[in-house]
Amino acid sequence: MLLRHTPKEITERKGVTINPAKTCQPVGAMYAALGVHGCLPHSHGSQGCCSYHRSVLTRHYKDPIMAGTSSFTEGSSVFGGQANLLAALTNMFTIYNPDLVAVHTTCLSETIGDDIPQIVHKATEDGKIPEGKHVIHCNTPSYVGSHVTGFSNMCTGIVKGLAKHTGNAIDQVNILPGWVEPSDMREIKRIAKEMEAKIVMYPDTSDVVDAPQTGEFKMYPAGGTTVEAIASSGDSIKTLACGSWASEDAAKQLDSSFKVPYEVLDIPVGLSATDRFIEALANAAKVPVPDSFIAERGRLVDVIADMTQYLHGKKVAIFGDPDQLIPMVEFLLDLDMIPTHVISGTPGKKFTAKIKELCAEKAPNVQVQNGAQSDMFLLHQWIKNEPVDLLLGNTYGKYIARDEEIPFVRYGFPILDRIGHSYFSTVGYTGGIRLLEMMLGAIMDRQERECSDIKMELVM
Amino acid sequence: MSEKRKLPDPSIVKEEILAKYPPKIARKRAKSMVVVDQTVDQEIQSNVRTIPGIITQRGCCYAGCKGVVLGPTRDIVNLVHGPIGCSFYAWLTRRNQTDAGEEGPDGENFINYCFSTDMQDENIVFGGEKKLKQAIQEIYEIFKPKAIGVFSTCPVGLIGDDVHAVSREMKEKLGDCNVFGFSCEGYKGVSQSAGHHIANNALFKHVIGNDDTAPKGKYNINLLGEYNIGGDAFELDRIFDLCGINLISTFSGNSTVSGFERSHTADLNLVMCHRSINYVAEMMETKYGIPWFKVNFIGAEATAKSLRRLGEYYGDADLIARIEEVIAAELPGVKAAAKAVLPTTDGKLAMMFVGGSRAHHYQELFAEMGMTTVSAGYEFAHRDDYEGRKVLPSIKVDADSRNIEELKIEPDETRYNPRKTEEELAELEKNGLEFSEYKGMYTEMADQSLIVDDISHWESDKLIEYYKPDIFCAGIKEKYVVQKMGIPLKQLHSYDYGGPYAGFEGAKNFYTDIERMLSTTIWKKLKAPWLSKETDPCICAEFVA
Ligand code: SF4
Ligand code: SF4
Repeated sequence: MLLRHTPKEITERKGVTINPAKTCQPVGAMYAALGVHGCLPHSHGSQGCCSYHRSVLTRHYKDPIMAGTSSFTEGSSVFGGQANLLAALTNMFTIYNPDLVAVHTTCLSETIGDDIPQIVHKATEDGKIPEGKHVIHCNTPSYVGSHVTGFSNMCTGIVKGLAKHTGNAIDQVNILPGWVEPSDMREIKRIAKEMEAKIVMYPDTSDVVDAPQTGEFKMYPAGGTTVEAIASSGDSIKTLACGSWASEDAAKQLDSSFKVPYEVLDIPVGLSATDRFIEALANAAKVPVPDSFIAERGRLVDVIADMTQYLHGKKVAIFGDPDQLIPMVEFLLDLDMIPTHVISGTPGKKFTAKIKELCAEKAPNVQVQNGAQSDMFLLHQWIKNEPVDLLLGNTYGKYIARDEEIPFVRYGFPILDRIGHSYFSTVGYTGGIRLLEMMLGAIMDRQERECSDIKMELVM
Repeated sequence: MSEKRKLPDPSIVKEEILAKYPPKIARKRAKSMVVVDQTVDQEIQSNVRTIPGIITQRGCCYAGCKGVVLGPTRDIVNLVHGPIGCSFYAWLTRRNQTDAGEEGPDGENFINYCFSTDMQDENIVFGGEKKLKQAIQEIYEIFKPKAIGVFSTCPVGLIGDDVHAVSREMKEKLGDCNVFGFSCEGYKGVSQSAGHHIANNALFKHVIGNDDTAPKGKYNINLLGEYNIGGDAFELDRIFDLCGINLISTFSGNSTVSGFERSHTADLNLVMCHRSINYVAEMMETKYGIPWFKVNFIGAEATAKSLRRLGEYYGDADLIARIEEVIAAELPGVKAAAKAVLPTTDGKLAMMFVGGSRAHHYQELFAEMGMTTVSAGYEFAHRDDYEGRKVLPSIKVDADSRNIEELKIEPDETRYNPRKTEEELAELEKNGLEFSEYKGMYTEMADQSLIVDDISHWESDKLIEYYKPDIFCAGIKEKYVVQKMGIPLKQLHSYDYGGPYAGFEGAKNFYTDIERMLSTTIWKKLKAPWLSKETDPCICAEFVA
């Protein structure tokens, strides 16, 4: 057994988190910053954090993840990191020539209390930031929130640093896609194009972390939302913020700074959330929904109707980030599956209420917890006490899945051991079909592996 | 195998690289980039501060301490005191395999778990000691481990939490659980290296020597600096078994705290990765009288040589004969495997920038395949790892090293027992055994090859452009950067999830893996066919005609 010391009996914990269902803020900030074209993320702290964040993103995307670090030493941790950040900015602009640098903090620089705006101001005064280049920043103390908070903070940092208001309203809708994969961002762009809705979306990591292999390494790949496009978002007519945890703050910032009204939506995962997204986008962009979406939607509905017998009544355990979990749980309910255990390490009071509300009718016994000590250790204990038919979550779920012999579908961050998430979207109606394909595949493979020879079915 | 080709002089590319840097940075980096000239003594600047913003390979002190040295030990709970990330990223990401056997009291294995105090803002403001105590208590109640290691991350040092005091208190309170702390905040030192030292110190203070049970074997040794990546230690266990050698403990691949506790009963310490573990070797020699020498089990010839040295140390005819038998049985198969890959590998160029020993050790393996290492360097080594321990007295202790504790070790009052007399050691040295010695990477590198310490992204980019190597060895952060340039990258931290590469079987695996990487079809199909046609003048000419 891989997790042989996990007891079935649950005891209350207040001090130790075991097998966390979250990680720290800066990795989210780094990922968000990669969604701006020509951006070099920068980690202001000791170099270990940066190395770890680059590593986990690299393992998840199997693509280059470039970022700088202030490489604090003991001296900087005593005297503050201003000198390190100033040096880093000079070096990065001189050696790597990015269009902009996106600075995020770490626990260390936060604990010291380094004042990033002041340091960036000083860098500007001292002429360390070349003409036409930008430095944006956000605070990402990891002892608050989770990796999702960091993503959100960098989105807000992007708005603060780059969005502008010229007073000339532009007939376009801002989409803040939330923490989704490059494939998802590509799909959202496709949907908008198909609807002839004019949008500006950021961050956009497509064509950055799923860069093509051409024999040429591009430090700044083709993708990422351009500084100009982001600047124009202050003049947009509306913002659609996907995922309250990842996108709401940035949307609020656009509203408070530039009077761009916003609407918070779920990330369009599954049938119902996609329905709402399509309608919201059509309304915001003042375009009709083309008939092609009736067909797209119909294909997803068709697959569900055809395969419902394999899904109906199946119990599911799921862990990950609130913005993903909420629409996914709703999708499971649309499939007549039973969300049974739901865990997120990311705090936020409204999460459990929302899940309970969604499940009230069809899965009233759902166990849900988030925030402190809401970890995969607890999830595993819940599963031992009430087994499930399917487990959904990031790569670390495979240790539980193997011990408890549960069919397992990788969903969320990080996925370190399979490909697909970069290329095949799980948002929109088409993404819904992909989710179904993965879940059905896992469930059916299990049935075929475990059934007796007599019960083997050719057609399923 | 082909003649060693004469390497081109990289001085010009070195100048080009430096020209891009601001002048101060250029001056500093110049000292870490050395064109090898074996006719003179050359100093290679290393273990100095990383330049902010330069895009380094390096990680932090905590990574070296928790991740590298303690991570592979299965029967200890490694509790990370800090915000969540530091623990999360170190969770199973180094491929230390371990064999805990069946479940039960001896089957303790906490490696698959990740423990953190997950500090919150109130812990940062008001201190985290209370939460740490609580966490230790809970771990004890749930898991009853025999040991708990507490690792400090960056903010901990700053807010003044005393992990050592908390550990002492909890150890006393719990009674049957060895709790000890590590002040391995990420900002200490300049790289992972500081963490190795801190880990060595704590193991020596709190674990080594706790159990005097006499070993059972006839020849009892420890293997130091072998981390069982991809099962390396399993292969070495197999070889030691065949030779009749009893391994008391490995620091720290496939290891247990119980093994460490008895490690001072060994006759000899073999040191693989000098950088990460030489401190333990030195301290065990001073305190218990156990000699050490450097070995290398990466490469078939190197493995055979290391085994023979072991035989010489014992000077026992039976053992020597048995070792020769093992080598005779194993080596031909390995040689045949090397020969089989030669058509693909011979004459190819390799570059490697990794770790604190692998960039040296793997040069031997590549040489066995007829490949030349044109440029190499470490990520977190010190001058002695390049130039040999002879330079130790001349290394200046700077501000960043001074804050890493040097333990004052005295011979143990009752247990100091020199395994060999001065005369015996001198005699063995006369016959070529070199105790307490490591000659470093430098001596083995060809003239005009280029050593670069703590290489930056810009430097490796330019060097790849210059050397056009057939294979590049580094870590995960570099993996896809280099591959996007069309050059296969072999990860020498994780082995790209393959291995083992140590010992005889490992060498065979490595040969075939490298052969596969060098003959991978896709590298020849990177360009879309219509693009290559456009640029191909012959085809254009045909069309014109
Ligand atoms: S110190 Fe903070 S930012 Fe750095 S890895 Fe740890 S949790 Fe993340
Ligand atoms: S916070 Fe410090 S200890 Fe943690 S990963 Fe970052 S540098 Fe390392």
